[in-house]
Amino acid sequence: MALRLPPVFGGSLARGLRTLSGMSEAELVPKARLAGPMPWVIAIMVALTVVATAAGLALSNIAGNAADELSGGVTIQIVEANPTTRLQQAEAAVARLNRTPRVEAATIVSEDEVERLIEPWLSGLSGVQQDIPVPALIDVRMRDPVTGETLGALRRLVREVAPAARVDAQSTWLGPVFATIDSLRLLSFALVGMLAAALAASVLLAVRNALGANRDTIEIVHLLGGTDHQIARVFQRSVGFDAAGGGTIGLGLGLIAVLLLGRQFAGLGAGLVSGGALGWIDWVLLALVPLAGVALAMITARLTVLRALREML
Amino acid sequence: MTGEHAGEIVQFDNVGLRYGTDREVLSDVSFTLYPGSFYFLTGASGAGKTSLLKLLYLAQRPSRGMIRMFGADAITLPRERLPALRRRLGVVFQDFRLVQHLSAFDNVALPLRVAGVAERELQKPVTDMLEWVGLADRMHARPATLSGGEQQRVAIARAVIGRPDMLVADEPTGNVDPEMAIKLLRLFEALNRLGTTVVVATHDIHLLKKVPDSLIMRLEKGRLSDPTGALRYPPRPSTAGRG
Repeated sequence: MALRLPPVFGGSLARGLRTLSGMSEAELVPKARLAGPMPWVIAIMVALTVVATAAGLALSNIAGNAADELSGGVTIQIVEANPTTRLQQAEAAVARLNRTPRVEAATIVSEDEVERLIEPWLSGLSGVQQDIPVPALIDVRMRDPVTGETLGALRRLVREVAPAARVDAQSTWLGPVFATIDSLRLLSFALVGMLAAALAASVLLAVRNALGANRDTIEIVHLLGGTDHQIARVFQRSVGFDAAGGGTIGLGLGLIAVLLLGRQFAGLGAGLVSGGALGWIDWVLLALVPLAGVALAMITARLTVLRALREML
Repeated sequence: MTGEHAGEIVQFDNVGLRYGTDREVLSDVSFTLYPGSFYFLTGASGAGKTSLLKLLYLAQRPSRGMIRMFGADAITLPRERLPALRRRLGVVFQDFRLVQHLSAFDNVALPLRVAGVAERELQKPVTDMLEWVGLADRMHARPATLSGGEQQRVAIARAVIGRPDMLVADEPTGNVDPEMAIKLLRLFEALNRLGTTVVVATHDIHLLKKVPDSLIMRLEKGRLSDPTGALRYPPRPSTAGRG
């Protein structure tokens, strides 16, 4: 029998340690995309992360806006039962304050405004308001943020002309509220961190399962000269596609939830809450959540595969 | 390649192999393989043929001794450098080890794709190779739909497509009829004519006579029978080289 020489490949296979070429890379790990649970797990994680991030950003905005608004604000109450004396002291205090260089503006809060402010607590008790001695309120805007020293100086200054005055920094009043907002903000970002860790853990488990299911294929590719990085890239790409699909769905779900919650909060019309509206940078950050999820999933997949392959020769 | 002197491509020196804490399955194995030679590795079942082949195709590191392959110390070589050596090898596994979800074409193309060969470059060689092994009409079939002989030929095509410097085949005729066995042996001979060193492990002594110029390595209970020292210090073949 005459020997017919084999038509071997003419090029060199020592050409280097490049990626697997062609469609084989996608097909080497047989796994139908969006058919397994992982994309849906990623979708849920991303949706929750989007909501938690939005909450954190909204709380940051609330805290930031309120702090800006209140940092230079001082409220003076003239607690005096006699309406005439109360008004005289209030006017004298405003006159003195407006001559002080560190004060930008001092104005008496109108009675109508005061009534509107206390109305939620006294509604249904019409007529009673006239019998209750409501303090006169003076709203003071300082040129610089209020410190303890500023507040002390202001207190001495005002009491010279209005002995019944009680001087408080507006930020002090809302200190406990700010502390709560800050805690909630930190909680939101801690949740984002925990969700990221959970996402990484779920990817790690999924990749380990896939590695086990494809062990024979991996060994064959290894023995044919495939490198760890080539094999890792196969899994990384597969996980990347899954994460991109899940991330897109998760972003959609998360944004719907954020918009619905936003509308509900907007309906409250409360002063503090309205300061939590998301700006365009916030929306960009939310849009980046699935991208960060994809990056995290791909990095986790890569490191998991490389670590597992190190145990093989 | 650095250190690939005197032409030998493989050198084993007092190699021993044990799995875990069991007794050694290979003991004091020493031999030298030259390019373009044809070797039969024989021995009874359990003699250590498959273990020796695993060392040859770098699926296993020995417990002791020294192995040099293509001039590199295969024992101390960092694992990052093993793929480059493996690309110089072709392996036909006893159980074929075809990737079950890939077609015959994709299985044969796998070594080329691993090496980063572009799709347009690999279409013709892979098609020609499948034609060479008589499977041109089965190139889109999955391994599960192929007969044992057909799977064997796909495995051989995959092993030789990259024109390896050394082909290692573990019982390649074990699952085929005698006529097909002769045919497969002719394929190996043809590859050998191109300069590839061929190592065929078999327990079929009838095959040995079919390749007149072949050398025989006989394993007995994990030890290589080499009474004249011809395997350890073989004469250099005058016609070594690629054809």
